Amino acid sequence: MIEAFFAQMPALVIVLPLLAAPICVLLHRGGPSWFVYLLTTWACFALAFLLFVQVKIGGPISYAMGGWAPPFGIELRLDALNTVVLLLVTGIAAISSVYAKASVAAEIASERAYLFYAALLLCFCGLAGITVTGDAFNLFVFLEISSLSSYALIAMGSKRRALLSAFQYLIMGTIGGTFLLIGIGFLYMMTGSLNMADIASRLPAVADTRTVEAGLAFIVVGTSLKFALFPVHVWLPNAYTYAPSSVSAFIAATATKVAVYALMRFLFTVFGAAYAFDQLPLGEVLLVLSVAAMLSGSMAAIFQTDVKRLLAWSSIAQIGYIVMGFALASSAGVSASVVHMVNHGLIKGALFMAVGAMFWRLRTISLNDIAGLGRQMPITSAAFVVAGLSLIGVPATGGFISKWVLLEAVMEPGHYWLAAAILVSSLMALIYIGRVVEALYFRERPEGQPPVGEAPVLMLTATWTLVLANIVLGLYATPLIGAAERAARAVLGAGS
Amino acid sequence: MSMQWLGWLVAFPALMSLLVAACGRWPNVRESVSVATAALLFAGIALFIDPVTSGERPSLTLFEVLPGIGLTFTLEPLGLLFALVASGLWPLTTIYAAGYMRGNEEHAQTRFFVCFALAISAAIGIAFSGNLLTLFIFYEMLTLSTYPLVTHHGDVESRNGGRVYLGILLTTSIGFFLPAIIITYLITGSITFDEAGLFGEAGLGVLGAGALYALFLYGTGKAALMPFHRWLPAAMVAPTPVSALLHAVAVVKAGVFIVLKLTVYVFGVQFLADTGASELMMWVAAFTVLGASLIAMTRDNLKARLAYSTVSQLSYIVLGATMASSFGILGGGMHIAMHAFAKITLFFCAGAIYTATHRKYVSELDGLGYAMPITFTAFFIASVSLIGIPPMGGIWSKWYLMEGAADSGHTAIIMVLALSSLLNIVYLLEIPTRAFFHNPRPDTPRSWHEAPWACVIPLSITAAGCIVWFFYPLPFLTLLAPWAP
Repeated sequence: MIEAFFAQMPALVIVLPLLAAPICVLLHRGGPSWFVYLLTTWACFALAFLLFVQVKIGGPISYAMGGWAPPFGIELRLDALNTVVLLLVTGIAAISSVYAKASVAAEIASERAYLFYAALLLCFCGLAGITVTGDAFNLFVFLEISSLSSYALIAMGSKRRALLSAFQYLIMGTIGGTFLLIGIGFLYMMTGSLNMADIASRLPAVADTRTVEAGLAFIVVGTSLKFALFPVHVWLPNAYTYAPSSVSAFIAATATKVAVYALMRFLFTVFGAAYAFDQLPLGEVLLVLSVAAMLSGSMAAIFQTDVKRLLAWSSIAQIGYIVMGFALASSAGVSASVVHMVNHGLIKGALFMAVGAMFWRLRTISLNDIAGLGRQMPITSAAFVVAGLSLIGVPATGGFISKWVLLEAVMEPGHYWLAAAILVSSLMALIYIGRVVEALYFRERPEGQPPVGEAPVLMLTATWTLVLANIVLGLYATPLIGAAERAARAVLGAGS
Repeated sequence: MSMQWLGWLVAFPALMSLLVAACGRWPNVRESVSVATAALLFAGIALFIDPVTSGERPSLTLFEVLPGIGLTFTLEPLGLLFALVASGLWPLTTIYAAGYMRGNEEHAQTRFFVCFALAISAAIGIAFSGNLLTLFIFYEMLTLSTYPLVTHHGDVESRNGGRVYLGILLTTSIGFFLPAIIITYLITGSITFDEAGLFGEAGLGVLGAGALYALFLYGTGKAALMPFHRWLPAAMVAPTPVSALLHAVAVVKAGVFIVLKLTVYVFGVQFLADTGASELMMWVAAFTVLGASLIAMTRDNLKARLAYSTVSQLSYIVLGATMASSFGILGGGMHIAMHAFAKITLFFCAGAIYTATHRKYVSELDGLGYAMPITFTAFFIASVSLIGIPPMGGIWSKWYLMEGAADSGHTAIIMVLALSSLLNIVYLLEIPTRAFFHNPRPDTPRSWHEAPWACVIPLSITAAGCIVWFFYPLPFLTLLAPWAP
């Protein structure tokens, strides 16, 4: 019985939210739907944890969907890399589900709340699906599930601009999805297979064809659109700014990471590091783009007056750090990427949650309107400060560990100019976080604004859970780094 | 001696800060807790004097932050000296702060004392750190915990001061210190402090070692080497007790202590002497000594003048480290203590003058000496000690620094030190001279007008310390025995 359950765990991570979404629609009411959402995400978090431990002890797991053996059926494949990503996605989902209740009640019309939770569950299902699948076409399907539901989620934002930004995201996201599909199609054309491991074994024979190279290009550009790599990032600031708070927190912390994971999976598992980085100059291209993302994103963040938009631009810069790591194609680089995926997920989740709590009180989040909030919402403001320090990379926070491993990875092969870019971008983070902190603590409340109190306990609990996770991972990073190194070994092969 | 003690001593002030916060409603209880914490901390650290001077190096690793790199505390003589100075002056400052904060009716006093305790915790953490990562963690904790103290008044001026403070300290530490640590780790495979230095067999050339040394020293923004010194005058917007203990003792001494520690335990004095890698930074320090003195002469604001004097005096210690001679380390170590006593006295006096008369400019002090005789006498004693004239303790550190300069063959540095003493005379002695010999302004009080006793007693004690250490420098010489001839 127990064995049977353990054997089905990889599928359950996708099936649970996929079943829970229609249940929400049938329930037709916001409150019970929230409860279903809460239970589902926490159950998936538990499953992800069990899978993580199982892979750590027993090595990669292969699961044949519906009993159809790979490469003909769909294979779910869990290794040291995607169990970490899965743990991050489910963990953030679980914590943000605690946060969602009050936030959604305030921002979404109550008669539509059940639809909101259904869409959120579908989005979660799509992200988890991308992470666990070992099938290229299946990955595209899950990517579309998560994308379509996130268009709907963003459109539910309380401002009218939300509709426009959802539409903008829809256009860019569809282009990205289509590119990915074309790329997978090219690979299918040349290898006759959709199973990633199978494609990988058949590719070397046809690697030197224009078709495979074009396929790689389509896949890189398609996924880059989804994780908003400079210069295809323009959809992201609007999407994050106008989405409902709980959606911003969840998507900012997970969706881009999952898309980065998808690219890493294609590059390292399907094409192989030797093909993508040695035979083709992909590494150099990605390094240049990542530096451009870091500097331009941080620079743009400095000049924002809307705090959510500021954080969105900061995300574009942080994506640069993650891409820079795996673009080095070294073991240290890939593990630095994984470490920063997790840390940035926790940081941005916490920041967006803190900002969402302020929005919950004020219904606006511009720098002028949050002025002086440090005294009236001390717990929320302190959460923002600590998570902000982690973003800057102050020691004893997760962000510091990210910076440490990334600097180590870029300086080992002597790329000192990349190290300089990382440091400059961190210092720019100091400026834009500093602007928010100064607004919170050094300015008076705007004239005529009534005093406000703290946010609801559940929102604060969720926010501080992520903040404390940052500190714990900053002081005791050994387990995370161990997991990231195993992940790097898993995708680069035991040799490197 | 139990090794666990080391961890508890670092955590103790931070833990007690919770109690301080809890007692916020009863100021007398709150300050008693602070003073008791301070005294206990000093006593706890003093317990380590005997083991450390007899050659023990107690060490404790709490857990591994990164694989192979722990949160590690190791006690050695320099760290013990710095910890003793910082914790020893803390009780006095707390008493003084109680008088000052109440005398000036400052707001948010509980936050003030809580942050103060956290800052001391961080300073002790720096003193005890056993590797560069631990050092860096507490270094940044010290920067962040003092930020609310610098910006205590919450007005535009303190916000701008806070910007410069945080901007320079975090920029230098993240921009220079962090990469320097990682480069060290990549080259040597270790960042644990070692009596033999880490670079012995790394084959680092003069240029490489010199560049890395410069990166470390500029990364230690708290050492206030020019041109990264502006944060220190900016920090003077803080209430005076903060300027006294933190920006004359704990924070800035943490900076120069780190310079000494890097010189001895990362690079190794012998390595630097052999390669000459520290020569460039020695000239930077010499320039800072003179440049800051010259700027100090132009400042009318008393605290700004003292701040520039601190910038100048800190570079004495950097000079001691960079001349790569064990006399230099001895002199630098001595100067950590001597300058601490003298400068904290000067700041105590500046704060006492402000509390009693609300004056903060040098030009306003004419004839005030007869109303505040104790304060200005103490000011005079501390000034003479800084200048380095007997019978004040300051002579010892200058003596050993000059001996180190001679030992390492840098006669020009002797000239720099002598010239700096002259400049000190000009800008420091002007103040007691004005107070005692110039004609008072019409609104200057003629009769007894000292600050509250809680302010006057601590400054008398520290001034007395300046004299005592001239006749009895033995404690410091014993601690610094490894570098004594």
